[in-house]
Amino acid sequence: MTTTALEITNLRKRYGQKVAVDDLSLRVNEGEIFGILGPNGAGKTTTVECAEGLRRPDGGTVQVFGIDPYRDRTEARQLVGVQLQESQLPDKLTVAEAVELYASFYDRHADTEVLIGRLGLYEKRSARYRKLSGGQKQRLSIALALVGNPRLVVFDELTTGLDPAARRESWKLVEELRADGVTVLLVTHYADEAERLCDRVALIQAGRVAACGRPAELIEASRASHATLDDAIVALTTGEA
Amino acid sequence: MTAVIAEPVRPRQKGQRSAFSNLVRTEAKLLIREVVPLLWGVGFPMVLLAIMGAFSHGADKALGGFSLVASYEPILIAFTMATFALQGLPTVLAGYRERGILRRLNATPVGAGRLLGAQLTVNITIALLATAGILIVGYAAFGVALPKQPAGFLLTLLLTAAGMLTLGLVVAALARNGRVAGAVGTMLFLPLMFFAGLWIPRSMMPAGLLRISDDTPLGASVAALQDTMSGQWPSASGLAILAAYAMAFGAVAWRFFRWE
Repeated sequence: MTTTALEITNLRKRYGQKVAVDDLSLRVNEGEIFGILGPNGAGKTTTVECAEGLRRPDGGTVQVFGIDPYRDRTEARQLVGVQLQESQLPDKLTVAEAVELYASFYDRHADTEVLIGRLGLYEKRSARYRKLSGGQKQRLSIALALVGNPRLVVFDELTTGLDPAARRESWKLVEELRADGVTVLLVTHYADEAERLCDRVALIQAGRVAACGRPAELIEASRASHATLDDAIVALTTGEA
Repeated sequence: MTAVIAEPVRPRQKGQRSAFSNLVRTEAKLLIREVVPLLWGVGFPMVLLAIMGAFSHGADKALGGFSLVASYEPILIAFTMATFALQGLPTVLAGYRERGILRRLNATPVGAGRLLGAQLTVNITIALLATAGILIVGYAAFGVALPKQPAGFLLTLLLTAAGMLTLGLVVAALARNGRVAGAVGTMLFLPLMFFAGLWIPRSMMPAGLLRISDDTPLGASVAALQDTMSGQWPSASGLAILAAYAMAFGAVAWRFFRWE
């Protein structure tokens, strides 16, 4: 029997007059890499913020391993590791200090030195945040997402702004997480990334799930002679053939 | 199933420092690494104290019977409080919010509220240490008597800290980013320090100015500190003014503070 890592049912969220998420449902099984794709402003980030317990849904339910991440946030946050879009650290905090500080937030945390080494930051362990390259900052934010030994990891635009080599490094890491049995929720703009990494993908448009399935299924569902997921996404979210 | 990449796993041990004390240590380290707030908030009052001490010639009628250095001690204590509360605290907090650091912490079991607590702890601790330093140096080097009404002195100090830190939180709540917060903090700092008597000691202020000073947070604070230095209990109205400011600023900060 498969365990459900994340279940979102009829989620609604609006900011003032603007509807960000409108009746969205999806289910992520434990152990899978689940992609959330869609145009800017489709509601991807709001959806995962509700899953992370950072926002209270206006309607519908969200459950992470059966726990309400907003109401029972302390419990849920022990299970969920996050890498947020555009989140930084204090300039003068070192890599090792950041990882050790975040480790102290969790009941069962990873060995910080081993984790720093696995993310290729060992030589940079005493470097201050400000001195790190973009790729190193990203790896550090991944380390902070993993340090609490999570069962579900949410990556929001994991590879945006990274050079091709750093992107490939990040992909390798996500594949390692899959091998470890960790559930990964991957928010991305990049169809090639989703096609390569994700077991299943939800295409989100205007706050709803426009299509959901294995990348190959989505390519097929878009019927015409689409060779890549990229073409399929455009077809499924704009109606162009 | 758990993450192999995050193994070996270390369960939390008994006696391990709590998340909060780690946050306090981290924020303290970061403050020390910034250097400038320390030079400004601790170094500058110490230099002023030394200068006042060097020019001090015993009790002065114009200064209400205090020596120059004795009359400046409460002003310098207000200075160090105001520096950490109005410049240090809001600059850091608004900067953290701008850079998504508070939001990131809210996605951990600990939450950003504890970071706010750590920032308040670090800033009040360093201001109190600087205050102790001012009293000790004033006593040892320049013969200024220690507060003769220590309980009243401590109460005034805590009410002053509460008023200044909550005002700092108001600045942090309303400023868009760290730079704006620093600028607004300085804009508040200068007039508050004027009424505290940094440029014209209260005993030399014209009557009208003195009346205004009595009702400002730092003017009331300096008056009350002065009273306790010479052994009197501070006036009830002075303490009430300090408490009222702390409650009013606290309410505004509570209403407007945002994590993101």
